Amino acid sequence: MTLDTVDLVNHRLAADLDEAFPDLIRETQHGIYSGIRRLVPSAADAEDLAQETFIRAYRALSAYSTERVLELKLRSWLWTIALNLCRNAARTRSRRPRTVVLDRDAVAPGSGPEAEALAADENARWAEILGRLPAAQHHAVVLRHVVGLTYSEISAVTGRPEGTVKADVHRGIAKLQEASHDR
Amino acid sequence: MTVEDNLAGLATEAPPALLPQVLLETGLADGYVSHPGPTGNMFVAFNSRGISSIFLGDDPSDLDARFEAQFGRPAFPVTGLPSRLERSLDRSLRTRRLGNLPIDWTGMSQFQQEVLRKTAEILPGEVRPYSWVAKEIGNPRAVRAVGTALARNPVPIVVPCHRVVRNDGHLGNYYYGTEVKRTVLEAEGMDVDTLEMLAGRGVRLTGSDTTNIFCHPTCRDARRTTARHRVEFRSETEARAAGYRPCLHCRPAA
Repeated sequence: MTLDTVDLVNHRLAADLDEAFPDLIRETQHGIYSGIRRLVPSAADAEDLAQETFIRAYRALSAYSTERVLELKLRSWLWTIALNLCRNAARTRSRRPRTVVLDRDAVAPGSGPEAEALAADENARWAEILGRLPAAQHHAVVLRHVVGLTYSEISAVTGRPEGTVKADVHRGIAKLQEASHDR
Repeated sequence: MTVEDNLAGLATEAPPALLPQVLLETGLADGYVSHPGPTGNMFVAFNSRGISSIFLGDDPSDLDARFEAQFGRPAFPVTGLPSRLERSLDRSLRTRRLGNLPIDWTGMSQFQQEVLRKTAEILPGEVRPYSWVAKEIGNPRAVRAVGTALARNPVPIVVPCHRVVRNDGHLGNYYYGTEVKRTVLEAEGMDVDTLEMLAGRGVRLTGSDTTNIFCHPTCRDARRTTARHRVEFRSETEARAAGYRPCLHCRPAA
């Protein structure tokens, strides 16, 4: 499932949600997780919020009409859900209890939230410098350069005009450049 | 290296637990746990509708593939059963009765559901022939189909398909082998040797000459009859010809 085949994905979701939804997760989870990971401070929260994004997406899709599913721009729609969850999480910091909890050690030993590609100090440094950006710039920079959304997609996700989004990204990048020169 | 390159390098793989946990939470996958059973370890799979599947054994290695092949959705190991389901399962295993244990009946034909629900009425320590199940569900000629439905019972032990035996009284087949069937029955207090001996002599029904009632040999009423008053029959016709009537509890069909 790539952007070229998005229509096909919409059709599959509309035809048989339960059959197609796992593939939607497989194809979009890395982008969703990567982005959320740079929007919230901890890996555990990022994983939890990424799960919650897909759970809410599934429940919404179950309730949508066929026409609505066919018209969805899936990537920006998923990111609208994800970004809202990140904003709310920043306010409440409460994790949602799961009714059934995967046995991680049986599925993929040593894959807990602490098993990250980047070293802990690298993660902390990025959390710190991204966290110093104003929220709109932080969101726009992550969505553009970590996730790879287009400006028009980011505009749909954040509800800000495309020109404003471009300015957010450029100002954010400029501040990150300054921060890296200061080091 | 530009800031943009650094940011692009932050893209990472989602943790492997993400997908399974979402599928569990949305009901697109079942969870499973290890649980002690009458023959040792069991793997118990479940979803929001109830218990979907039980596998007897210790080796989980091909469990995922077998489950997906049978049910068309994945199953993942989880840390525990939801507490209400666990209490219900423990009660069911302790009392050896299905009771109010929720079972996921979806994916079973109406016929198979009827066969399994009827089978769940057979009390521990008793057995009934396939023909009894067929007659009880109002389909006396479907004996072979009853056998097939029981052979495909996805929830052995809690739906006690081991309590259904051949029409001639011999133990008959079991998914996990006749020896396992014997073990489970004996754990329930059944005297399997005596049952096999009666079957070997062609005895399908027993009666009491004080009440003139005939039963399946393992009916709790039949077991109360003392040896002095017990009479043996090879068929219902023979029992009726001798002036006996069928027991109202076990409703013999043989």
